[in-house]
Amino acid sequence: MKRRDFIQKTAATSALLGLGGFSLSSFKSVNTKHLTVLHTNDVHSYIDPFPANHPKNPNMGGVARRAALIESIRKENPNVLLLDAGDIFQGTPYFNYYGGELEFKLMSMMQYDLATIGNHDFDNGIEGLYAQLPHASFEFVSANYDFKNTVMNGHVKPYKIINKDGIKVGVFGLGVGLDGLVDKKNYKETIYLDPVGVAQDMARLLKQEKKCDLVICLSHLGYKYKDEPDKICDTKLATLTKDIDLIIGGHTHTFLDKPTVLKNSVGQDVLVNQVGCYGINLGRIDFYFDDDTAVISNGKSIVV
Amino acid sequence: MVNLKNYNVVTKLFVLLLTFAAFTSCAEKKFYVTRIEGKEIGITQPAETANATAGQSAQQIENFIKPYRDNIDKDLSMVLANAPETIDKSGEWQTPMGNFLSDITFEKSNIVFKQREHKSIDICLLNHGGIRTIISKGDVTARNAYEIMPFENSAIVVALKGEEILEMAKYIISEKKPHPLKGLTFTIGKDNQPKDILVNGQPLENAKNYYVVTSDYLVNGGDNMIFFKKATERYDLEYKLRNIIIDYFKANKVIKVEKDQRISKEL
Repeated sequence: MKRRDFIQKTAATSALLGLGGFSLSSFKSVNTKHLTVLHTNDVHSYIDPFPANHPKNPNMGGVARRAALIESIRKENPNVLLLDAGDIFQGTPYFNYYGGELEFKLMSMMQYDLATIGNHDFDNGIEGLYAQLPHASFEFVSANYDFKNTVMNGHVKPYKIINKDGIKVGVFGLGVGLDGLVDKKNYKETIYLDPVGVAQDMARLLKQEKKCDLVICLSHLGYKYKDEPDKICDTKLATLTKDIDLIIGGHTHTFLDKPTVLKNSVGQDVLVNQVGCYGINLGRIDFYFDDDTAVISNGKSIVV
Repeated sequence: MVNLKNYNVVTKLFVLLLTFAAFTSCAEKKFYVTRIEGKEIGITQPAETANATAGQSAQQIENFIKPYRDNIDKDLSMVLANAPETIDKSGEWQTPMGNFLSDITFEKSNIVFKQREHKSIDICLLNHGGIRTIISKGDVTARNAYEIMPFENSAIVVALKGEEILEMAKYIISEKKPHPLKGLTFTIGKDNQPKDILVNGQPLENAKNYYVVTSDYLVNGGDNMIFFKKATERYDLEYKLRNIIIDYFKANKVIKVEKDQRISKEL
Protein backbone atom coordinates (compact mmCIF):
# COMPACT_ATOMS: atom_id res chain seq x y z
CA MET A 1 0.00 0.00 0.00
CA LYS A 2 2.76 2.43 1.04
CA ARG A 3 4.77 1.58 -2.03
CA ARG A 4 1.82 2.16 -4.31
CA ASP A 5 1.17 5.52 -2.70
CA PHE A 6 4.76 6.46 -3.27
CA ILE A 7 4.66 5.52 -6.93
CA GLN A 8 1.44 7.49 -7.44
CA LYS A 9 2.90 10.52 -5.70
CA THR A 10 6.09 10.37 -7.71
CA ALA A 11 4.14 10.06 -10.91
CA ALA A 12 2.04 13.08 -9.95
CA THR A 13 5.09 15.14 -9.09
CA SER A 14 6.86 14.40 -12.33
CA ALA A 15 3.69 15.16 -14.27
CA LEU A 16 3.46 18.48 -12.45
CA LEU A 17 7.09 19.27 -13.17
CA GLY A 18 6.59 18.50 -16.80
CA LEU A 19 3.57 20.77 -16.92
CA GLY A 20 5.45 23.59 -15.21
CA GLY A 21 8.28 23.39 -17.70
CA PHE A 22 5.88 23.40 -20.58
CA SER A 23 3.95 26.43 -19.38
CA LEU A 24 7.14 28.41 -18.82
CA SER A 25 8.49 27.77 -22.25
CA SER A 26 5.24 28.26 -24.11
CA PHE A 27 4.05 31.16 -21.90
CA LYS A 28 0.40 30.21 -22.41
CA SER A 29 -0.48 27.69 -19.71
CA VAL A 30 -2.39 24.54 -20.44
CA ASN A 31 -5.29 24.48 -18.07
CA THR A 32 -7.28 21.51 -16.93
CA LYS A 33 -9.96 21.94 -14.31
CA HIS A 34 -12.18 19.65 -12.32
CA LEU A 35 -15.68 20.46 -11.07
CA THR A 36 -17.69 18.09 -8.89
CA VAL A 37 -21.46 18.54 -8.97
CA LEU A 38 -23.23 16.94 -6.00
CA HIS A 39 -26.98 16.79 -5.82
CA THR A 40 -30.04 15.66 -3.89
CA ASN A 41 -33.77 15.80 -4.61
CA ASP A 42 -37.03 15.08 -2.76
CA VAL A 43 -35.35 14.85 0.62
CA HIS A 44 -38.80 15.55 2.15
CA SER A 45 -37.60 16.57 5.61
CA TYR A 46 -35.85 13.22 6.15
CA ILE A 47 -33.22 14.41 8.61
CA ASP A 48 -32.62 11.20 10.58
CA PRO A 49 -31.51 7.96 8.91
CA PHE A 50 -34.07 5.21 8.39
CA PRO A 51 -34.13 2.81 11.35
CA ALA A 52 -32.19 -0.46 11.09
CA ASN A 53 -35.45 -2.47 11.00
CA HIS A 54 -37.07 -0.49 8.16
CA PRO A 55 -38.39 -2.97 5.57
CA LYS A 56 -37.33 -0.92 2.53
CA ASN A 57 -34.40 1.37 3.38
CA PRO A 58 -32.76 0.06 6.56
CA ASN A 59 -30.03 2.33 7.90
CA MET A 60 -30.05 4.56 4.81
CA GLY A 61 -29.88 8.34 4.59
CA GLY A 62 -29.50 10.89 7.36
CA VAL A 63 -28.23 14.46 7.19
CA ALA A 64 -25.20 13.94 9.47
CA ARG A 65 -23.91 11.15 7.23
CA ARG A 66 -24.62 13.19 4.13
CA ALA A 67 -22.66 16.10 5.63
CA ALA A 68 -19.72 13.78 6.34
CA LEU A 69 -19.79 12.43 2.81
CA ILE A 70 -19.92 15.92 1.29
CA GLU A 71 -17.11 17.04 3.57
CA SER A 72 -14.86 14.18 2.48
CA ILE A 73 -15.59 14.94 -1.20
CA ARG A 74 -14.74 18.61 -0.63
CA LYS A 75 -11.41 17.48 0.83
CA GLU A 76 -10.71 15.54 -2.35
CA ASN A 77 -11.81 18.38 -4.67
CA PRO A 78 -12.68 21.82 -3.28
CA ASN A 79 -14.49 22.78 -6.51
CA VAL A 80 -17.87 21.45 -5.48
CA LEU A 81 -21.27 22.66 -6.57
CA LEU A 82 -23.98 21.36 -4.21
CA LEU A 83 -27.53 21.49 -5.56
CA ASP A 84 -31.03 20.36 -4.58
CA ALA A 85 -33.87 19.81 -7.06
CA GLY A 86 -36.78 20.61 -4.76
CA ASP A 87 -39.28 19.05 -2.34
CA ILE A 88 -37.06 19.87 0.57
CA PHE A 89 -40.18 20.11 2.74
CA GLN A 90 -42.80 17.67 4.00
CA GLY A 91 -42.51 14.05 5.03
CA THR A 92 -41.48 13.88 8.67
CA PRO A 93 -42.60 15.61 11.88
CA TYR A 94 -39.58 17.90 11.58
CA PHE A 95 -41.58 19.79 8.97
CA ASN A 96 -44.87 19.70 10.89
CA TYR A 97 -43.16 20.99 14.02
CA TYR A 98 -40.69 23.54 12.63
CA GLY A 99 -42.05 24.41 9.20
CA GLY A 100 -38.80 23.80 7.28
CA GLU A 101 -36.52 25.85 9.53
CA LEU A 102 -34.26 22.90 10.40
CA GLU A 103 -34.10 21.67 6.77
CA PHE A 104 -32.88 25.09 5.57
CA LYS A 105 -30.44 25.52 8.47
CA LEU A 106 -28.86 22.11 7.87
CA MET A 107 -28.59 22.70 4.11
CA SER A 108 -26.89 26.01 4.88
CA MET A 109 -24.44 24.23 7.21
CA MET A 110 -23.64 21.76 4.42
CA GLN A 111 -23.05 24.80 2.15
CA TYR A 112 -25.64 24.08 -0.50
CA ASP A 113 -25.22 26.54 -3.38
CA LEU A 114 -28.67 26.48 -4.97
CA ALA A 115 -32.05 24.76 -4.86
CA THR A 116 -35.16 24.87 -6.97
CA ILE A 117 -38.74 24.84 -5.70
CA GLY A 118 -40.77 21.63 -5.62
CA ASN A 119 -44.55 21.33 -5.31
CA HIS A 120 -44.31 20.32 -1.63
CA ASP A 121 -42.27 23.40 -0.82
CA PHE A 122 -45.66 25.20 -1.08
CA ASP A 123 -47.22 22.93 1.58
CA ASN A 124 -47.34 25.61 4.27
CA GLY A 125 -48.52 28.08 1.67
CA ILE A 126 -46.28 30.47 -0.22
CA GLU A 127 -46.08 32.52 2.99
CA GLY A 128 -44.78 29.43 4.78
CA LEU A 129 -41.93 29.16 2.28
CA TYR A 130 -41.22 32.88 2.47
CA ALA A 131 -41.10 32.74 6.28
CA GLN A 132 -38.27 30.18 6.18
CA LEU A 133 -36.05 32.10 3.72
CA PRO A 134 -34.04 33.82 6.48
CA HIS A 135 -32.80 30.35 7.53
CA ALA A 136 -31.30 29.61 4.09
CA SER A 137 -27.85 30.87 3.17
CA PHE A 138 -28.26 29.30 -0.31
CA GLU A 139 -30.45 30.75 -3.06
CA PHE A 140 -33.43 29.53 -5.05
CA VAL A 141 -33.68 29.42 -8.83
CA SER A 142 -36.86 28.96 -10.84
CA ALA A 143 -37.26 30.26 -14.38
CA ASN A 144 -40.82 29.10 -15.08
CA TYR A 145 -42.58 30.15 -11.87
CA ASP A 146 -43.57 33.79 -12.05
CA PHE A 147 -43.78 35.03 -8.45
CA LYS A 148 -44.29 38.72 -9.17
CA ASN A 149 -47.75 38.85 -7.58
CA THR A 150 -46.72 36.89 -4.49
CA VAL A 151 -44.63 37.46 -1.35
CA MET A 152 -41.78 35.55 -3.03
CA ASN A 153 -41.36 38.35 -5.57
CA GLY A 154 -37.65 39.19 -5.82
CA HIS A 155 -36.55 36.22 -3.71
CA VAL A 156 -36.23 33.68 -6.52
CA LYS A 157 -33.93 34.19 -9.49
CA PRO A 158 -34.50 32.52 -12.85
CA TYR A 159 -30.84 31.51 -12.98
CA LYS A 160 -27.54 32.02 -11.26
CA ILE A 161 -24.01 32.01 -12.65
CA ILE A 162 -21.46 30.55 -10.27
CA ASN A 163 -17.75 30.80 -10.89
CA LYS A 164 -15.81 27.85 -9.53
CA ASP A 165 -12.05 28.06 -10.02
CA GLY A 166 -12.51 29.94 -13.30
CA ILE A 167 -15.23 27.63 -14.55
CA LYS A 168 -18.40 29.54 -15.33
CA VAL A 169 -21.44 27.44 -14.44
CA GLY A 170 -24.95 28.65 -15.29
CA VAL A 171 -27.75 27.02 -13.31
CA PHE A 172 -31.44 27.64 -13.97
CA GLY A 173 -34.49 26.15 -12.25
CA LEU A 174 -37.73 24.61 -13.51
CA GLY A 175 -40.87 23.75 -11.54
CA VAL A 176 -43.70 21.32 -12.17
CA GLY A 177 -47.25 22.36 -13.19
CA LEU A 178 -49.11 23.44 -10.06
CA ASP A 179 -52.74 23.19 -11.14
CA GLY A 180 -54.25 19.97 -9.75
CA LEU A 181 -51.07 19.18 -7.83
CA VAL A 182 -50.91 21.97 -5.26
CA ASP A 183 -53.91 23.54 -3.60
CA LYS A 184 -54.48 26.97 -5.17
CA LYS A 185 -54.83 28.46 -1.68
CA ASN A 186 -51.17 27.48 -1.14
CA TYR A 187 -49.54 28.64 -4.37
CA LYS A 188 -51.76 31.72 -4.66
CA GLU A 189 -50.84 33.92 -7.65
CA THR A 190 -47.75 31.95 -8.71
CA ILE A 191 -47.88 31.56 -12.50
CA TYR A 192 -46.54 28.41 -14.15
CA LEU A 193 -44.93 29.00 -17.55
CA ASP A 194 -44.22 26.44 -20.28
CA PRO A 195 -40.95 24.78 -19.22
CA VAL A 196 -39.72 23.95 -22.74
CA GLY A 197 -39.83 27.51 -24.06
CA VAL A 198 -38.37 28.90 -20.83
CA ALA A 199 -35.62 26.26 -20.75
CA GLN A 200 -34.58 26.99 -24.31
CA ASP A 201 -34.40 30.72 -23.62
CA MET A 202 -32.41 30.17 -20.43
CA ALA A 203 -29.97 27.71 -21.99
CA ARG A 204 -29.32 30.01 -24.96
CA LEU A 205 -28.83 33.01 -22.69
CA LEU A 206 -26.41 31.15 -20.41
CA LYS A 207 -24.44 29.30 -23.07
CA GLN A 208 -24.40 31.82 -25.93
CA GLU A 209 -24.67 35.25 -24.35
CA LYS A 210 -23.23 34.71 -20.88
CA LYS A 211 -20.61 32.29 -22.25
CA CYS A 212 -21.01 29.73 -19.48
CA ASP A 213 -18.71 26.73 -19.71
CA LEU A 214 -21.43 24.49 -18.30
CA VAL A 215 -25.23 24.84 -18.21
CA ILE A 216 -27.20 22.93 -15.59
CA CYS A 217 -30.98 22.71 -15.39
CA LEU A 218 -32.27 22.10 -11.87
CA SER A 219 -35.68 20.61 -12.50
CA HIS A 220 -38.66 19.42 -10.50
CA LEU A 221 -40.56 18.31 -13.62
CA GLY A 222 -40.13 14.57 -13.05
CA TYR A 223 -37.99 12.00 -14.87
CA LYS A 224 -40.60 10.34 -17.12
CA TYR A 225 -44.34 9.54 -17.07
CA LYS A 226 -44.97 6.21 -18.72
CA ASP A 227 -48.77 6.54 -18.52
CA GLU A 228 -48.74 10.15 -19.76
CA PRO A 229 -46.34 10.20 -22.72
CA ASP A 230 -47.32 13.78 -23.64
CA LYS A 231 -46.52 15.23 -20.24
CA ILE A 232 -43.32 17.25 -20.12
CA CYS A 233 -40.53 15.59 -18.13
CA ASP A 234 -36.74 15.73 -17.87
CA THR A 235 -36.09 13.09 -20.53
CA LYS A 236 -38.37 14.92 -23.00
CA LEU A 237 -36.88 18.29 -22.09
CA ALA A 238 -33.40 16.93 -22.79
CA THR A 239 -34.29 15.95 -26.35
CA LEU A 240 -36.37 19.06 -27.13
CA THR A 241 -33.75 21.66 -26.21
CA LYS A 242 -30.09 22.48 -26.77
CA ASP A 243 -27.23 24.11 -24.84
CA ILE A 244 -28.05 22.19 -21.64
CA ASP A 245 -25.25 19.93 -20.37
CA LEU A 246 -26.93 18.39 -17.34
CA ILE A 247 -30.48 18.10 -16.05
CA ILE A 248 -30.72 17.35 -12.34
CA GLY A 249 -34.24 16.21 -11.65
CA GLY A 250 -36.73 15.43 -8.92
CA HIS A 251 -40.44 14.92 -8.22
CA THR A 252 -40.89 11.34 -9.49
CA HIS A 253 -38.62 9.85 -6.79
CA THR A 254 -36.81 7.99 -9.55
CA PHE A 255 -33.89 5.79 -8.54
CA LEU A 256 -31.41 5.50 -11.41
CA ASP A 257 -28.38 3.23 -11.31
CA LYS A 258 -26.49 5.82 -13.32
CA PRO A 259 -27.21 9.10 -15.13
CA THR A 260 -29.11 8.76 -18.40
CA VAL A 261 -27.30 10.07 -21.49
CA LEU A 262 -29.59 11.45 -24.21
CA LYS A 263 -29.11 13.41 -27.44
CA ASN A 264 -30.43 16.98 -27.51
CA SER A 265 -32.17 18.64 -30.48
CA VAL A 266 -28.83 19.11 -32.28
CA GLY A 267 -27.42 15.67 -31.49
CA GLN A 268 -25.21 16.60 -28.55
CA ASP A 269 -25.08 14.63 -25.31
CA VAL A 270 -27.20 15.68 -22.32
CA LEU A 271 -27.05 13.96 -18.95
CA VAL A 272 -30.24 13.48 -16.94
CA ASN A 273 -29.94 12.37 -13.34
CA GLN A 274 -32.11 11.90 -10.26
CA VAL A 275 -31.26 10.14 -6.99
CA GLY A 276 -34.55 8.77 -5.68
CA CYS A 277 -35.72 10.47 -2.51
CA TYR A 278 -35.46 10.93 1.30
CA GLY A 279 -31.71 11.65 1.22
CA ILE A 280 -30.93 7.98 0.61
CA ASN A 281 -28.41 8.82 -2.12
CA LEU A 282 -26.13 11.62 -3.17
CA GLY A 283 -25.63 12.18 -6.89
CA ARG A 284 -22.09 12.91 -8.00
CA ILE A 285 -21.10 14.10 -11.45
CA ASP A 286 -17.49 15.08 -12.16
CA PHE A 287 -16.69 17.38 -15.06
CA TYR A 288 -13.13 17.71 -16.34
CA PHE A 289 -12.39 20.80 -18.42
CA ASP A 290 -9.60 21.82 -20.71
CA ASP A 291 -8.78 24.99 -22.65
CA ASP A 292 -6.19 23.32 -24.85
CA THR A 293 -7.59 23.11 -28.37
CA ALA A 294 -5.56 19.98 -29.10
CA VAL A 295 -7.24 18.16 -26.22
CA ILE A 296 -10.69 19.57 -26.94
CA SER A 297 -10.59 18.40 -30.53
CA ASN A 298 -10.50 14.81 -29.24
CA GLY A 299 -14.09 15.28 -28.07
CA LYS A 300 -15.40 14.32 -24.65
CA SER A 301 -15.78 10.98 -22.96
CA ILE A 302 -18.71 10.18 -20.70
CA VAL A 303 -18.13 7.52 -18.09
CA VAL A 304 -21.31 6.52 -16.27
CA MET B 1 -4.46 64.29 4.78
CA VAL B 2 -3.66 65.02 1.19
CA ASN B 3 -1.17 62.25 1.02
CA LEU B 4 -3.64 59.82 2.46
CA LYS B 5 -6.21 60.74 -0.14
CA ASN B 6 -3.72 60.26 -2.92
CA TYR B 7 -2.76 56.96 -1.51
CA ASN B 8 -6.42 55.90 -1.58
CA VAL B 9 -6.74 56.91 -5.19
CA VAL B 10 -3.70 54.89 -6.11
CA THR B 11 -5.07 51.89 -4.25
CA LYS B 12 -8.40 52.27 -5.95
CA LEU B 13 -6.76 52.54 -9.33
CA PHE B 14 -4.57 49.59 -8.56
CA VAL B 15 -7.61 47.51 -7.55
CA LEU B 16 -9.38 48.63 -10.67
CA LEU B 17 -6.38 47.68 -12.75
CA LEU B 18 -6.18 44.29 -11.11
CA THR B 19 -9.90 43.71 -11.60
CA PHE B 20 -9.62 44.70 -15.20
CA ALA B 21 -6.63 42.45 -15.73
CA ALA B 22 -8.41 39.57 -14.05
CA PHE B 23 -11.51 40.25 -16.09
CA THR B 24 -9.83 40.33 -19.46
CA SER B 25 -7.70 37.29 -18.79
CA CYS B 26 -10.83 35.45 -17.66
CA ALA B 27 -12.83 36.44 -20.70
CA GLU B 28 -10.15 35.02 -22.97
CA LYS B 29 -10.31 31.57 -21.48
CA LYS B 30 -13.05 29.28 -22.62
CA PHE B 31 -13.17 25.86 -21.07
CA TYR B 32 -14.56 22.79 -22.72
CA VAL B 33 -15.70 19.60 -21.08
CA THR B 34 -13.39 16.72 -21.97
CA ARG B 35 -14.58 14.05 -19.58
CA ILE B 36 -17.68 13.42 -17.46
CA GLU B 37 -18.02 10.82 -14.75
CA GLY B 38 -21.34 10.19 -13.04
CA LYS B 39 -22.31 7.99 -10.15
CA GLU B 40 -24.77 7.61 -7.32
CA ILE B 41 -23.43 7.30 -3.79
CA GLY B 42 -25.63 5.48 -1.30
CA ILE B 43 -25.68 7.25 2.05
CA THR B 44 -25.12 4.29 4.34
CA GLN B 45 -21.74 4.73 5.89
CA PRO B 46 -21.93 5.47 9.59
CA ALA B 47 -20.51 8.95 10.06
CA GLU B 48 -17.85 7.92 12.59
CA THR B 49 -15.96 5.71 10.13
CA ALA B 50 -15.42 8.57 7.67
CA ASN B 51 -12.23 10.65 7.94
CA ALA B 52 -11.61 12.85 10.96
CA THR B 53 -12.87 16.23 9.67
CA ALA B 54 -15.86 14.58 8.03
CA GLY B 55 -16.64 12.86 11.32
CA GLN B 56 -16.35 16.20 13.03
CA SER B 57 -18.83 17.91 10.73
CA ALA B 58 -21.20 14.97 11.15
CA GLN B 59 -20.98 15.37 14.91
CA GLN B 60 -21.57 19.09 14.59
CA ILE B 61 -24.72 18.46 12.52
CA GLU B 62 -25.85 15.77 14.93
CA ASN B 63 -25.47 18.14 17.90
CA PHE B 64 -27.42 20.78 16.03
CA ILE B 65 -30.32 18.42 15.28
CA LYS B 66 -30.55 16.96 18.78
CA PRO B 67 -32.62 19.61 20.58
CA TYR B 68 -35.08 19.72 17.66
CA ARG B 69 -35.37 15.91 17.71
CA ASP B 70 -35.71 15.62 21.49
CA ASN B 71 -38.60 18.05 21.49
CA ILE B 72 -40.48 15.99 18.89
CA ASP B 73 -39.58 12.63 20.44
CA LYS B 74 -41.14 13.67 23.71
CA ASP B 75 -44.50 13.80 21.90
CA LEU B 76 -44.32 11.09 19.31
CA SER B 77 -42.40 8.13 20.64
CA MET B 78 -45.13 6.68 22.81
CA VAL B 79 -46.35 3.29 21.55
CA LEU B 80 -50.06 3.53 20.74
CA ALA B 81 -50.86 0.22 19.04
CA ASN B 82 -49.40 -2.88 17.44
CA ALA B 83 -49.48 -4.15 13.86
CA PRO B 84 -49.44 -7.97 13.75
CA GLU B 85 -48.28 -7.80 10.14
CA THR B 86 -46.79 -5.22 7.77
CA ILE B 87 -49.45 -3.19 5.96
CA ASP B 88 -48.05 -2.21 2.58
CA LYS B 89 -49.02 -0.14 -0.46
CA SER B 90 -48.86 -2.86 -3.08
CA GLY B 91 -51.78 -3.91 -5.25
CA GLU B 92 -53.27 -3.05 -8.63
CA TRP B 93 -56.74 -1.75 -7.68
CA GLN B 94 -56.61 -1.81 -3.89
CA THR B 95 -53.84 -1.96 -1.36
CA PRO B 96 -53.77 -2.97 2.31
CA MET B 97 -52.84 0.62 3.30
CA GLY B 98 -55.58 2.01 1.06
CA ASN B 99 -58.25 -0.23 2.56
CA PHE B 100 -57.07 0.56 6.06
CA LEU B 101 -57.07 4.35 5.60
CA SER B 102 -60.38 4.54 3.74
CA ASP B 103 -62.02 2.32 6.37
CA ILE B 104 -60.85 4.33 9.35
CA THR B 105 -61.48 7.70 7.66
CA PHE B 106 -65.04 6.53 6.86
CA GLU B 107 -65.59 5.29 10.41
CA LYS B 108 -64.15 8.24 12.33
CA SER B 109 -65.62 10.92 10.03
CA ASN B 110 -69.04 9.29 10.14
CA ILE B 111 -69.18 9.72 13.93
CA VAL B 112 -68.55 13.46 13.57
CA PHE B 113 -70.88 13.84 10.57
CA LYS B 114 -73.75 12.06 12.32
CA GLN B 115 -73.37 14.21 15.42
CA ARG B 116 -73.14 17.49 13.56
CA GLU B 117 -75.42 17.00 10.56
CA HIS B 118 -77.53 13.98 11.52
CA LYS B 119 -76.64 12.32 8.23
CA SER B 120 -74.48 9.32 7.31
CA ILE B 121 -71.51 8.98 5.02
CA ASP B 122 -71.90 6.59 2.06
CA ILE B 123 -68.44 6.53 0.49
CA CYS B 124 -64.84 7.39 1.34
CA LEU B 125 -62.37 8.20 -1.45
CA LEU B 126 -58.78 9.29 -0.79
CA ASN B 127 -55.75 9.34 -3.07
CA HIS B 128 -53.05 6.71 -3.37
CA GLY B 129 -50.33 9.37 -3.67
CA GLY B 130 -51.38 10.78 -0.30
CA ILE B 131 -50.25 7.64 1.54
CA ARG B 132 -46.61 8.47 2.09
CA THR B 133 -45.42 5.29 3.78
CA ILE B 134 -46.39 1.86 5.05
CA ILE B 135 -47.00 0.50 8.55
CA SER B 136 -44.24 -1.92 9.51
CA LYS B 137 -45.00 -4.98 11.62
CA GLY B 138 -44.64 -4.28 15.34
CA ASP B 139 -45.17 -1.32 17.62
CA VAL B 140 -46.95 1.67 16.16
CA THR B 141 -46.46 5.24 17.42
CA ALA B 142 -47.91 8.65 16.63
CA ARG B 143 -44.74 9.16 14.60
CA ASN B 144 -46.01 6.53 12.17
CA ALA B 145 -49.17 8.56 11.66
CA TYR B 146 -47.03 11.57 10.74
CA GLU B 147 -45.06 9.50 8.26
CA ILE B 148 -48.19 8.04 6.64
CA MET B 149 -50.00 11.38 6.52
CA PRO B 150 -47.50 14.23 6.83
CA PHE B 151 -49.81 16.71 5.11
CA GLU B 152 -52.07 19.03 7.05
CA ASN B 153 -55.15 17.87 5.12
CA SER B 154 -58.52 17.51 6.78
CA ALA B 155 -61.68 15.51 6.15
CA ILE B 156 -64.44 17.09 4.08
CA VAL B 157 -67.85 15.60 3.29
CA VAL B 158 -69.47 16.51 -0.02
CA ALA B 159 -72.82 15.56 -1.54
CA LEU B 160 -72.57 14.07 -5.03
CA LYS B 161 -75.31 12.79 -7.33
CA GLY B 162 -75.22 9.20 -8.58
CA GLU B 163 -74.00 10.46 -11.96
CA GLU B 164 -70.89 11.88 -10.31
CA ILE B 165 -70.29 8.60 -8.49
CA LEU B 166 -70.30 6.95 -11.92
CA GLU B 167 -67.75 9.56 -13.03
CA MET B 168 -65.70 8.73 -9.95
CA ALA B 169 -65.61 5.04 -10.96
CA LYS B 170 -64.59 5.98 -14.52
CA TYR B 171 -61.91 8.30 -13.17
CA ILE B 172 -60.42 5.52 -11.03
CA ILE B 173 -60.30 3.19 -14.05
CA SER B 174 -58.68 5.81 -16.27
CA GLU B 175 -56.09 6.81 -13.66
CA LYS B 176 -55.12 3.16 -13.04
CA LYS B 177 -54.28 3.89 -9.43
CA PRO B 178 -55.36 1.99 -6.33
CA HIS B 179 -56.99 4.99 -4.67
CA PRO B 180 -58.25 4.16 -1.16
CA LEU B 181 -61.98 3.45 -1.48
CA LYS B 182 -64.70 2.40 0.96
CA GLY B 183 -68.47 2.02 0.47
CA LEU B 184 -68.30 1.89 -3.32
CA THR B 185 -67.68 -1.37 -5.16
CA PHE B 186 -67.68 -2.06 -8.90
CA THR B 187 -66.35 -4.32 -11.60
CA ILE B 188 -64.18 -3.18 -14.50
CA GLY B 189 -65.82 -4.67 -17.59
CA LYS B 190 -64.00 -6.02 -20.61
CA ASP B 191 -64.78 -2.70 -22.33
CA ASN B 192 -62.85 -0.94 -19.51
CA GLN B 193 -66.09 0.62 -18.22
CA PRO B 194 -67.45 0.27 -14.67
CA LYS B 195 -70.36 -2.13 -14.10
CA ASP B 196 -72.23 -3.64 -11.15
CA ILE B 197 -71.72 -0.39 -9.26
CA LEU B 198 -72.90 -0.77 -5.68
CA VAL B 199 -72.95 1.70 -2.81
CA ASN B 200 -72.89 -0.25 0.42
CA GLY B 201 -74.42 -3.22 -1.42
CA GLN B 202 -77.22 -1.21 -3.09
CA PRO B 203 -77.28 -0.46 -6.84
CA LEU B 204 -76.20 3.10 -7.72
CA GLU B 205 -79.15 5.49 -8.37
CA ASN B 206 -78.38 8.34 -10.75
CA ALA B 207 -80.60 10.94 -9.11
CA LYS B 208 -79.78 10.08 -5.51
CA ASN B 209 -77.51 12.20 -3.29
CA TYR B 210 -74.52 10.40 -1.81
CA TYR B 211 -72.27 11.71 0.97
CA VAL B 212 -68.61 11.20 0.20
CA VAL B 213 -65.84 11.86 2.71
CA THR B 214 -62.51 12.86 1.23
CA SER B 215 -59.69 15.36 1.85
CA ASP B 216 -59.76 19.10 1.29
CA TYR B 217 -56.84 18.61 -1.14
CA LEU B 218 -58.93 16.44 -3.45
CA VAL B 219 -62.09 18.56 -3.18
CA ASN B 220 -60.03 21.59 -4.23
CA GLY B 221 -58.99 19.92 -7.47
CA GLY B 222 -56.05 17.79 -6.35
CA ASP B 223 -55.18 14.79 -8.56
CA ASN B 224 -57.68 16.16 -11.10
CA MET B 225 -60.70 14.66 -9.34
CA ILE B 226 -62.93 17.13 -11.15
CA PHE B 227 -66.18 15.31 -10.25
CA PHE B 228 -65.81 16.89 -6.78
CA LYS B 229 -66.40 20.30 -8.41
CA LYS B 230 -70.05 19.30 -8.92
CA ALA B 231 -70.65 18.88 -5.19
CA THR B 232 -73.96 20.40 -4.09
CA GLU B 233 -73.20 20.43 -0.37
CA ARG B 234 -69.89 20.68 1.48
CA TYR B 235 -69.12 20.12 5.17
CA ASP B 236 -65.64 20.74 6.56
CA LEU B 237 -65.31 18.34 9.50
CA GLU B 238 -62.21 20.22 10.75
CA TYR B 239 -60.72 16.82 11.50
CA LYS B 240 -57.16 16.30 10.24
CA LEU B 241 -56.60 13.02 8.42
CA ARG B 242 -53.52 12.45 10.56
CA ASN B 243 -55.53 12.87 13.75
CA ILE B 244 -58.00 10.29 12.44
CA ILE B 245 -55.10 7.82 12.23
CA ILE B 246 -53.78 8.75 15.68
CA ASP B 247 -57.27 8.46 17.21
CA TYR B 248 -57.71 5.05 15.59
CA PHE B 249 -54.34 3.86 16.95
CA LYS B 250 -55.31 5.03 20.42
CA ALA B 251 -58.72 3.33 20.33
CA ASN B 252 -57.63 0.04 18.71
CA LYS B 253 -54.59 -1.54 20.27
CA VAL B 254 -54.28 -4.08 17.44
CA ILE B 255 -54.42 -2.81 13.86
CA LYS B 256 -56.75 -4.84 11.67
CA VAL B 257 -56.90 -4.57 7.90
CA GLU B 258 -59.91 -5.63 5.81
CA LYS B 259 -58.72 -7.38 2.68
CA ASP B 260 -62.05 -7.47 0.83
CA GLN B 261 -62.00 -6.78 -2.92
CA ARG B 262 -63.56 -3.38 -3.71
CA ILE B 263 -62.76 -3.11 -7.38
CA SER B 264 -62.66 -6.31 -9.38
CA LYS B 265 -61.78 -6.92 -12.96
CA GLU B 266 -63.90 -8.96 -15.39
CA LEU B 267 -61.77 -11.75 -16.81
